[in-house]
Amino acid sequence: MTLERHKYDVLVIGAGGAGLRAAVEAREAGLSVAIICKSLFGKAHTVMAEGGAAASMGNVNDNDNWMVHFRDTMRGGKFLNHYRMAELHAKEAPDRIWELETWGALFDRTKEGKISQRNFGGHEYPRLAHVGDRTGLELIRTMQQKIVALQQADGREFGDMEAKIKVFAECTITEILKENGKIAGAYGYWRESGDEILFEAPAVVIATGGVGKTFKITSNSWEGTGDGHALALKAGANLVDMEFLQFHPTGMVWPPSVRGILVTESVRGEGGILTNSEGERFMFKYIPDVFKDKYADNEAEADRWYEDQDNNRRPPELLPRDEVARAINAEVKAGRGTEHGGVFLDVSKRIPAEVIKKRLPSMWHQFYELAGVDITKEAMEVGPTCHYVMGGVEVEPDTAAAIGVPGLFAAGEVAGGMHGSNRLGGNSLTDLLVFGRRAGAGAAEYVKGAGANPVSDATIKAAADRIEAPFSRQGGENSYSLHAELQEVTHNLVGIIRTRTEIEEAIAKIADIRARSKNVAVAGGRKFNPGFHLAFDLDNMLLVAESTAKSALLREESRGGHTRDDFPGMNNKWRQVNHISSFDGNQVNVKAQPLPMLPKELFDLFDIHELEKYMTPEEIAKGGSN
Amino acid sequence: MARKLNLRIWRGDATDGGLKDVQVDVNEGEVVLDVIHRVQATQMGDLAVRWNCKAGKCGSCSMEINGKPRLACMTQVASFDENETITVTPLRAFPVIKDLVTDVSFNYKKAMEVPAYEHPKELAPGEARMEQIDVERSQEFRKCIECFLCQDVCHVIRDHEENKKSFAGPRFFIRIAELDMHPLDTLKNRKRKAQEEHGIGMCNITKCCTEVCPEHIKITDNAIIPMKERVVDIKYDPARMFAGILKREKRN
Repeated sequence: MTLERHKYDVLVIGAGGAGLRAAVEAREAGLSVAIICKSLFGKAHTVMAEGGAAASMGNVNDNDNWMVHFRDTMRGGKFLNHYRMAELHAKEAPDRIWELETWGALFDRTKEGKISQRNFGGHEYPRLAHVGDRTGLELIRTMQQKIVALQQADGREFGDMEAKIKVFAECTITEILKENGKIAGAYGYWRESGDEILFEAPAVVIATGGVGKTFKITSNSWEGTGDGHALALKAGANLVDMEFLQFHPTGMVWPPSVRGILVTESVRGEGGILTNSEGERFMFKYIPDVFKDKYADNEAEADRWYEDQDNNRRPPELLPRDEVARAINAEVKAGRGTEHGGVFLDVSKRIPAEVIKKRLPSMWHQFYELAGVDITKEAMEVGPTCHYVMGGVEVEPDTAAAIGVPGLFAAGEVAGGMHGSNRLGGNSLTDLLVFGRRAGAGAAEYVKGAGANPVSDATIKAAADRIEAPFSRQGGENSYSLHAELQEVTHNLVGIIRTRTEIEEAIAKIADIRARSKNVAVAGGRKFNPGFHLAFDLDNMLLVAESTAKSALLREESRGGHTRDDFPGMNNKWRQVNHISSFDGNQVNVKAQPLPMLPKELFDLFDIHELEKYMTPEEIAKGGSN
Repeated sequence: MARKLNLRIWRGDATDGGLKDVQVDVNEGEVVLDVIHRVQATQMGDLAVRWNCKAGKCGSCSMEINGKPRLACMTQVASFDENETITVTPLRAFPVIKDLVTDVSFNYKKAMEVPAYEHPKELAPGEARMEQIDVERSQEFRKCIECFLCQDVCHVIRDHEENKKSFAGPRFFIRIAELDMHPLDTLKNRKRKAQEEHGIGMCNITKCCTEVCPEHIKITDNAIIPMKERVVDIKYDPARMFAGILKREKRN
C-alpha cells in the first residue's frame, strides 16, 4: 500500500482552544494549515471548561486592569511564573475575548449590555467572561465556526473549502519528524483504519493539552495522555517544572464511575461554602500568612463580601486552588470527611433554587443525572481531582517557539511557564487564546524564512516500524493493566502530598512499568482498535510520569501544586529555580536552571512587603533585573 | 456491590456484523459507558467505542441503547430492570465504521454549508452591546454539544439515505436559527435559505429530535417552528408578493 502523504506550511497538533486559535492565526497570515486531532472536531477537552475566561476588561469593576491581573497571576503561581508570559497574558486577554465576539460568541451580559464578568478564586475583581457554566463549549464552538468561516472564504477563492485548512479528525501523531536538526513534519495513523499518514511541514504547533490520565482520579478525558509533552521531549525540546500539577479542590467523589469529574469553581464564586462532617465551615482555619490581608477570617465578613466587595475581605473558599485542595485533603485525613471521602459543598441554603438553575445549569444537571443529587436542595460531596499540569514545553514567551528545536511551537496547557507553580481558574481559557495566537504568528514568521526540509525515507521507515511493533509481539503485557498500574503509582506516590521515599519508589516503579511496556502486544487488527491506541498513549504517559516524579524529587520545598510532607514550607531560594526535563533516548534527566528575574517596571508593580514574602533579601535589594 | 449484567453489543463493520452477548460486572452508580469500558478492558480489547469527556459535555459517546438514541455516559445502568438485557448498537442513520463507531462526517459537511456569522463592519472589537434577554434566545441553541442524536433519530434521513443531500437536519436548523436570532448578525435571508437550501420544509415537526436532545434544547418549538412560520410569512405575504411583482416589472 502506498503511504498517504500531505504537505502543509503549518501542522497544528490538537484541536482544542490553543490549536484552533493558532490555526486561525497561521491561516490569516496566508499559510496552509493542517489541524490534527485525536477526537472528532469540536470534542477537545476545552469543552469541559466551565467557569470562564479571565480578562481585565473592567466591565463589572472598573478598578481592574492588566496590572492587577498580572499581580494576581504571579501571586497565584507563587512567583514561579515566567514573568513575560504572565505579562503578555494579562495585557492581551481582553483583546482575545472581544475578538471572539466578532466571530459570533455570545457571552452573558451586564445590565449595560457589556460582557459580564464573574468572581473566581485568586482574582481580585470580577474578571471571568462566561456563558453560564459552559464557557469552554462557547470558546471551542466559536473557533470551530471561525475555522469553517475561513474555509468558506477559501471555497470562494479557490473553489475548494479545504484548499488551505483541513481538519484531520481521529488521527494520532506518534512522532514529530526532524531533518538536519529542524522540524520537517509529523507521522501518525488514522484511528479509524489504522493506516499510516505522513505530514511534511516546516513548522509544527503542539497544542495537545494536559496529562491528567497519568493519574487515577482526574477531571481529564481520555485524550489527556501527555502526547504533546512526550512528542516534544522526544523531538529534543525541554519540559519545564513538571512537578507542578493542579489538583482541583472540587471533583465529584460519588458515584465511583464519575469520581474526579469537575465541579466548577463558580459554585464557590456564586456563594457556595465548604463544610466538614461536623458542619464546620473549615476554610477559615487554612488561610496562609501571605493571604491574610485579602481573605476574611470570620463568617460575617465573608458573607458581606458577596454584597460589598470594596469594604470586606473575600471568603476563604475563594483562595487559590492549591490552598483549598490541601485544606480538603487535611480535613478528610483528620477524619472529618463525608461518607464517600470528600467534604460538603453547599449552595442550597444560600441561593434560591431558580437562581442556582440559571447560573449553574450544567452543575445542576450533572449532579441530578449522574449522582441523583438535587443541588438546589442538598449539599454536594466533593474532593480533589487531578485537573491541570502547570509544567510543560519550555517556550520563548513572545513567539511560543519551543527552546532548542527550530520550527517547533507549543501553546496552551502543553506549554509551561505561564502559571508558575499554580494556575488561577479562568487563566487557562485566556492562556489558550493569547498564546495560541502567538504560536500561530510565531510559526507563520518562522515558515517565511525556512527553506525546504524534505523527510527522508529512513526517517519514514523508522516511524512506520515503531507503529507496527506492538502487532508483531507475541503474548506479553496488556496496555490496559499497565495503564491502571501507572495510575496507582502516580496517585499514591507522587499525588497531592509527596515525600522523598515515596517519590523514589515511584521512580523505580515507573521505570519497571516502562520496561514492561516494551512487551505490550495488541490483539485484533488495526481498524479502530482502542488497545492499539492505548499502547501509544501509555508510552507518552510513562515519559510524563517520569519527568514529574524526577522533578518532584529535586524540589525540596512546598509551593503551589507541589507539596512535600518532608519539606512543608515555601523556601525563597527554591523560587529562583526552574526544573528542566530533557530526554536522552533512554530516560528523562532533570536539571535546575535559574528563573528569569522580573524587570524593574514589573517589580515595581508590587508592594515591597509582599515581594519580601517570596524573594530573598539580595533579590529585593536588586529591585528588578534591569 | 457488583452484580452481573447481560449486555448485548453489536460488533462488526460495514461489510458484516451482528449482536454478541456478554456478561459483565456492574457496580452501583455506573453508566452504560462504564460497563462497555469494562468489557473492553477485560474481554474484547479491540471493541470500538467513541467517547471523550464522560460527563455529558462533549457528545462523543452517542449510540442506540435498547433502540433509543442516547449518550452512553449519561445512561444509568440502574435505569433498567435488574434482569433486563441492555442492547447497544451503533447510530443507525450513519454508516458503521466498526462496532459502536459510525462515520458522522455527514454532519461536518452540513456544518460547512451553513453561512458563517457576519459581524457588523462598523463595530470594532469591544464595542458590542447586547441585552441579556436578547442573547439568551441564541444561547439556548449554542448549548448544543453536537452529539448528533437529533440527526440520528430524524426520520427524514434515518431510513432515507436519498434525503441526506438536500436536508441539513435538526442540528443545523438550530444553528441557522441561532444565527438568525443573533442580535448582531448582518447576513440576510437565513430563514429563506433554511427553506430553499437546507430542506427545513421536509421536517414535519414530529419532535423526535427534541425528545432525544441531552441538552433539552427545544429544537422543534423554539427553532424549527418559528423559522417555518416566518418563511411562510415571507414567501406568501400578499404585500411582499405584490412588491416582488413590481420589482420584477421595474427590472424588465
